[in-house]
Amino acid sequence: MTQADFLNIVMPFKDKVFRLAKRLLVSQEEAEDATQEILLKLWNNRAKIQEYKNVEAFSMTMTKNFCLDKLKSKHAQNLKIVHSNYQDKNVSLQKQVELNDSVNWVSRIMEDLPEQQKIILQLRDIEQYDFSEISKMLDMNETAIRVALSRGRKTLREKLTKTHSYGVK
Amino acid sequence: MVLNSIEKLIEKYDNGETTLQEEQQLKNYFSKETVAPHLEVYKSMFQYFSQSHEEQFTKEVPLTPRKTIKLYKWISVAAVAVLMFGIYIQTSGPTEVERREALLAYNQTMEVFNLVSSKLNQGSESMNALNMVSTNFTRGADNIAYLGEFSKTTDKFLKTN
Repeated sequence: MTQADFLNIVMPFKDKVFRLAKRLLVSQEEAEDATQEILLKLWNNRAKIQEYKNVEAFSMTMTKNFCLDKLKSKHAQNLKIVHSNYQDKNVSLQKQVELNDSVNWVSRIMEDLPEQQKIILQLRDIEQYDFSEISKMLDMNETAIRVALSRGRKTLREKLTKTHSYGVK
Repeated sequence: MVLNSIEKLIEKYDNGETTLQEEQQLKNYFSKETVAPHLEVYKSMFQYFSQSHEEQFTKEVPLTPRKTIKLYKWISVAAVAVLMFGIYIQTSGPTEVERREALLAYNQTMEVFNLVSSKLNQGSESMNALNMVSTNFTRGADNIAYLGEFSKTTDKFLKTN
């Protein structure tokens, strides 16, 4: 398999891998490193890639496991992944600032969700995967996925309503 | 779109029962400027979802770490091959023909040496005869010394007379 062939396979979902990694690891740099690591692993196993039925689902599973391992090792060392994704605040319009702010709240609330709900929300609401695909990636049955998804969405909505009504902005 | 149907969809959405098409409908609705005030919360949610979908991975991935490893592997293979060849050259001696020729040459030289040494022994035997002569000769010389002594005394004897 040449480099071009490999890139053709990997290009369509490399952003999804990155976004899932960022959802779990939060930090931009950590997510970039994780994505790089996963693409290199795929590249080193490129001989086997043709045997996989669904490379994308396989990669997403790999990403999930890799990031969870990483989080676990960080927890074991009593370290926290710190992120410094500073936002560009130079938006002049007041309305846009407010909107951005409430959108940022969504991301902050999502950080506090349990890992599994995070992953499922990411795969479903952001990447728009089918339930059957998600169940393959996570090795869960669809009912369990729906339940977790519903819990995640409800928590998100409740917490957002709270911040809105208390006027935390 | 009628608000009623959106509310129904939202309820399904919260229970995790919407299909992807229905979620797309919701997304389209909430991307509008104005939404019903009690659904304002969902607007930021859906906006966040479509925003994060835009994020891209821009870092370069170096895809050729395998090549150098392969090169090292071949270098080591070549080194081992050279080493084995050297050992082979050292251990494998001369061929059968060469060995026979060497044996022949050895035997010939040994024959010549034997011949020389036998001749040399003969020579040394004749030298023994010479030795015998010389010892007899010295014995003769000793006798002459006696004779000399004898003549001295006869001289003295003659003088006194």
